[in-house]
Amino acid sequence: MVLAATQDDVIQTVRACGRHGVPFVARGSGTSLSGGSLPVADGVVIALSRLNRILSLDPVQRTAVVEPGVINLDVSKAAAPHGLYFAPDPSSQLICTIGGNVAFNSGGAHCLKYGMTANHVLGIRAVLADGEVVQLGGASLEGVGPDLTGLFVGCEGMFGVALEITLRLMPRPELYRTVLAAYHSLEAAGNAVSQVVASGMLPGALEIMDNLAIQAAEAAVHAGYPLDAAGLLIVELEGERIQVEAEFAALIKLIESTGPYEVRVAKDDADRARIWKGRKSAFSAVGRLSPDYIVQDGVVPRSRLGEALATIQRLSGEYGLRVANVFHAGDGNLHPLILYNGRNAGEYDRAEELAAQIMEMCIRLGGSITGEHGVGVEKRRYMPVLFSPVDLEVMAEVRRAMDPDELANRGKVLPAGDAPSLASHQPHPLEKAGIITRE
Amino acid sequence: MTATLDLLIVDSIAGVQEAVAEGGRLLPRGGGTKPATGAPPGAAAMLDLKRLTGILEYEPGEYVFTALAGTPLAEIQAELATHGQYLPFDPPLVEAGATLGGTIAAGLSGSGRQRYGGLRDFLIGARFVDGQGRLVRSGGKVVKNAAGFDLHKLLIGSLGRLAVLVEASFKVFPQPPAYATLRLQPASIEAALALMARLGAAKFDLEAIDIVANDAGNPHLLLRLGGLETTLLARMNAMSEWIGRGEILRGDEEARLWRETREFGWLPNHWQLAKAPVTPEQIPALERWLAARGAATRYISAGNLAWIGWPGGWEELSEGLRTLRLGAVTIVGTPGSLWLGTPGNMAMIARMKQALDPAGHFLDFAA
Ligand SMILES: Cc1cc2nc3c(=O)[nH]c(=O)nc-3n(C[C@H](O)[C@H](O)[C@H](O)COP(=O)(O)OP(=O)(O)OC[C@H]3O[C@@H](n4cnc5c(N)ncnc54)[C@H](O)[C@@H]3O)c2cc1C
Repeated sequence: MVLAATQDDVIQTVRACGRHGVPFVARGSGTSLSGGSLPVADGVVIALSRLNRILSLDPVQRTAVVEPGVINLDVSKAAAPHGLYFAPDPSSQLICTIGGNVAFNSGGAHCLKYGMTANHVLGIRAVLADGEVVQLGGASLEGVGPDLTGLFVGCEGMFGVALEITLRLMPRPELYRTVLAAYHSLEAAGNAVSQVVASGMLPGALEIMDNLAIQAAEAAVHAGYPLDAAGLLIVELEGERIQVEAEFAALIKLIESTGPYEVRVAKDDADRARIWKGRKSAFSAVGRLSPDYIVQDGVVPRSRLGEALATIQRLSGEYGLRVANVFHAGDGNLHPLILYNGRNAGEYDRAEELAAQIMEMCIRLGGSITGEHGVGVEKRRYMPVLFSPVDLEVMAEVRRAMDPDELANRGKVLPAGDAPSLASHQPHPLEKAGIITRE
Repeated sequence: MTATLDLLIVDSIAGVQEAVAEGGRLLPRGGGTKPATGAPPGAAAMLDLKRLTGILEYEPGEYVFTALAGTPLAEIQAELATHGQYLPFDPPLVEAGATLGGTIAAGLSGSGRQRYGGLRDFLIGARFVDGQGRLVRSGGKVVKNAAGFDLHKLLIGSLGRLAVLVEASFKVFPQPPAYATLRLQPASIEAALALMARLGAAKFDLEAIDIVANDAGNPHLLLRLGGLETTLLARMNAMSEWIGRGEILRGDEEARLWRETREFGWLPNHWQLAKAPVTPEQIPALERWLAARGAATRYISAGNLAWIGWPGGWEELSEGLRTLRLGAVTIVGTPGSLWLGTPGNMAMIARMKQALDPAGHFLDFAA
């Protein structure tokens, strides 16, 4: 394990690994949910947490240049005095690093409107796995030539190590308006999402929780959710005050036509914060209902949400395992939590099988195996279902163009990989310690 | 084989694979609206993709469509418009006949990119044929996806030199139902940039922030708002009050202005056009250099991109950009000088070329 203090430490370590053929894994805060930051056998871990300086922040150009160990939320904190913020908001944002966000193209609750991390990274200085230091992209929103920055984001650390990242900052919206709608069925909540989207509005967030999640969140933080709802929808609009007020009036009318039995509008900032606190803690709260769980990150086309949820409910019944749903409905990104008790004989296997069924359903419905948590080691075996052998071969070749000896994060993402499989089905250690929560 | 075919017309993905497998040197072509990115005479056979056309999937409720590379943007926009949606990155040369594939390969977004982002922010997946004739897919057809490496990002700005794009999937958005534009005439480019900087921290959700540099004297600063008809005027008034002056454009006049921008209607006949990524702080020096040579330049997306209308030859412009440490790609004009000044990371690009087209079946970036 190398605790890098400077960018040069990282470069020298990568070069030394190259000389001796030793695999290495970059590590930010280690919050990866797909096993991305697991060390590899006989390899070096390059810890980047001390490379945590914000090197510059330009309020006119609306960019910040940061080192990879900078914590996601610290960028927004530094930008706040200028009325700016960094849009990607994974629920681990209190603790995860920009380097990790870049590696995983991380998301959050606002991806439909504002995109994922890739949309907010303009330039990267990186040391490639073969030791060369390269500058990709720059400070402009535009570029000439292939979008190398875009390729590097989401590479899951398999091309090299990001040393310096130029981020795009956005102006804080003038006004947020948030509404909760409670439904007697999860499908009705899912269908309401389709109607909001079809209306031509572009909400910043569209989230759904099912009853299990509502109960758990309510018990944990008293967000004031209707306890008997089978499906709870949260919709948030943001932007210029005049426009948002007008759209919000239309939104309420529309939501009322989708058959909710209760509609509640956030009265003020404190009320809004409560709603989001419940939503953001739901994940951890559900986790506490069960000794073990598996969390998934599949994506389905939004129009198939109702169908996907019904399938998950049916599978839950068939397998005799509880499944809680808390998810980013606006972009079809599901986060089903499969609850089980590893001490009951056969239950772990049943949970795994149920998870595999959900994954296959996502692919069958035309979606993806991961919306934001990445492939890592956990979803490696599903890659051949999503991609053809040729697709995977070309991905491996592009990777080898930067890492000929396959030293960076060896064995991950691509299915032939041999990194040990992830088998942690409990809350992340940091969650157990109460340091972070998740969506 | 000695004879070089100079035009190959294909109408299927398999046809593209066959053409690549034939082994001659190829350069894919869509609508031919960006001639400067083409091949100098005799350098390569044209692989004409205009018949590889059609929207394959479009689910309005999904905000996603998939189309073949040769599909004209005009056809896509017309289809999106019937559902109140649009391409938020506002690609140029739509009426001139630009295709989806050509727009991606040239990496072009227009003034409207200011609001939600550029082409790179909306391309979510693609299929392409690489230099070995292999059909490759990356990304997907859902708006959020983190599986596998995003190889399709490499095709943005690849100018047909890495692979032949055959199909692409995009995220789209609902289009604002109405627009209005505030036109200001600051005393100088510096004054325009200062106004723009003030706007950066203000609460206006602008669709476009353009500076028209050389419009008979004072530069123009164009600020476009979009949204509900019922609130647009109130928002516009609030903005013009905040700035303290300006002329409000609406309706046909406003639409014409942005259409002319999109189609480069402002570019005099026989002039050349280049795209240069910039930052606001680079603009004063660049504009001084360009204005002294009679260029007509538009700085779009809050000073992040310069469309340089150029009356002379490429060499002089390239030299000037080099001294300013700027790079550009040529769009309209004589082919053969793809990149000007100091473009991106050539060593990295060479690595990508080696990975996707090791035998050099597509043109070199140098050509
Ligand atoms: C409670 C909880 C909630 C979460 N919520 C979300 C969410 O809402 N949305 C979401 O997208 N994710 C979420 N995640 C997943 C995780 O937080 C993200 O993937 C995050 O980006 C990882 O950052 P990290 O600093 O912990 O990276 P690590 O876990 O340390 O590393 C992740 C990967 O990035 C590589 N890497 C790290 N730094 C670099 C670098 N500088 N250069 C190259 N490669 C590098 C590593 O090798 C590894 O493969 C959550 C995780 C937890 C535990």
